[in-house]
Amino acid sequence: MKRAAFSIGFFLLLVLAWECAIRSKVWDSPLIPAPSDVVRYFMASIEDRTLLDASWVTLKRLLLGYLVSVAAGLPLGLLNARFQFLRDTLGLVALGIQTLPSVCWAPLALIWFGQTESAMFFIVLMGSLWSVLLATSAGVANVPPIYARAARTMGSQGLHTWYAVVLPASLPFIVSGMKQGWAFAWRSLMAAEIYITIMTGFGLGHLLHYGRELHDMAAVVGIMLVIVVIGLLADKIMFSPFENFMHRRWGTARK
Amino acid sequence: MNPGPPIENAPPEKLVIDQVTKRFKTSRGSVTALDRISLNIREGEFVCLVGPSGCGKSTLLNIIAGLEMPDEGEVHADGRRVAGPGSERMMMFQESALFPWLDVLGNVLFGLKLKPGLKPKERVEMARFYLTLVGLEKFIHANVHELSGGMKQRVALARALAPNPRLLLMDEPFAALDAMTREQLYGDIQEIWMKRNKTIVFVTHNVREAVCLGDRVILFSPHPGRVQEQFEIKLPRPRDINSVDLASHATLIMKALKRHLKPDPAEVQE
Ligand SMILES: Nc1ncnc2c1ncn2[C@@H]1O[C@H](COP(=O)(O)OP(=O)(O)O)[C@@H](O)[C@H]1O
Ligand SMILES: [Mg+2]
Repeated sequence: MKRAAFSIGFFLLLVLAWECAIRSKVWDSPLIPAPSDVVRYFMASIEDRTLLDASWVTLKRLLLGYLVSVAAGLPLGLLNARFQFLRDTLGLVALGIQTLPSVCWAPLALIWFGQTESAMFFIVLMGSLWSVLLATSAGVANVPPIYARAARTMGSQGLHTWYAVVLPASLPFIVSGMKQGWAFAWRSLMAAEIYITIMTGFGLGHLLHYGRELHDMAAVVGIMLVIVVIGLLADKIMFSPFENFMHRRWGTARK
Repeated sequence: MNPGPPIENAPPEKLVIDQVTKRFKTSRGSVTALDRISLNIREGEFVCLVGPSGCGKSTLLNIIAGLEMPDEGEVHADGRRVAGPGSERMMMFQESALFPWLDVLGNVLFGLKLKPGLKPKERVEMARFYLTLVGLEKFIHANVHELSGGMKQRVALARALAPNPRLLLMDEPFAALDAMTREQLYGDIQEIWMKRNKTIVFVTHNVREAVCLGDRVILFSPHPGRVQEQFEIKLPRPRDINSVDLASHATLIMKALKRHLKPDPAEVQE
């Protein structure tokens, strides 16, 4: 509680100092918006719904791309861990692609899919699929073999060993891979939205892009704040349950 | 499936290990971990396998459990050939091998859930029964990382006992524990063995431990793994690891062990 109050106090002071600096003309530049300008932008854009609509469009794209990444990355990661020939083929592809910053997919996506939702989806997928796959595979490889042996003596075999032992045993790895995948998906989508203009939906990235074109600094900073908040909230909402579970069971430190 | 007419001269033994040989290929060539091991173990017997590390004790236990297959020879449990793991033969390891993603109850339930024909309520009742037997009824919802080493092994014991196996295989289960905890567990395991009427094969490299627990102590020697000598221990139970009688038995076996360990040039191969 005390620490929370301290943090809040710190940020309030920061914003206050910023506001004062601009009002008293210490900082006098059209390039820096005052916090009050940003608040005014929020009021206006919430009223005309641009910000909410754009957030919704962005979130839909993000969730779709991310969920498909996880749905494909988990089983592929398990298979990758299970079969040597996959590690020698798919595994290497994943390793290579993972090093590619996902914005590099944008030109290819544009050529293949044009200015469409598919291009967005493709970029998000390429951004996050591979880290989910690789983390799952690494998680499985790190499961102590004694767990599977113990399970086998108790009569577990085949598929049961996989979902009742190997999968839960690699949970810490898988969750950290999913978090990484989420972070990559989020970054990829923002890059894609800033880079690719499409007619079917106006996301936060587009809004940011037009903020720049219109030279509306309050909007640019405001949208950036929204992006930060969405990122933080999603992380909390999606991963806290897993992290609390792991903290309880494994006794690992809570972050 | 028709099991056919009862086999004549069916072995009266619980467990028959018949000429079992196991080799491992390593980068330095082939290691004979077990060399034509033959042993008969009676129903209800508590057998301890003793020997220096590397003499194939774990390998033999794994083969009895069905986790590994012998290169030659066969293992029969209750007259049937062992072809894979089965819940009538439960194994306990040096590390507890408890599953950290389950709580204590969940761990004990794991094996019970794989036993068909039980209602969920019955399974929980059985799990509770065995956790009470090992003295952990207060910890059923504890997480594995919250338990001490001794408590973990007690949970592992409850987990192994819960599916009611007829044969319990224990691979140095107490080796990583401190002396006090171990002594408590010697008492507990003897009591459970007498109460629940199990056949136990217990691996250890501690001679006193073997004498304290076993009806019979079987001495192994390494390179290649062989049975050297067997000792019947007729001391009354429950036995106290610190008793003088027990110490004199242990000394006898210790001497035999040292005799066999004398390097025989023909046998030592690296
Ligand atoms: N999976 C394995 N691969 C190669 N060698 C093994 C393997 N398991 C055991 N061995 C070898 O077999 C011998 C017996 O091992 P083990 O049964 O573990 O002995 P103990 O349990 O008596 O210490 C050792 O020399 C060991 O190095
Ligand atoms: Mg061993």
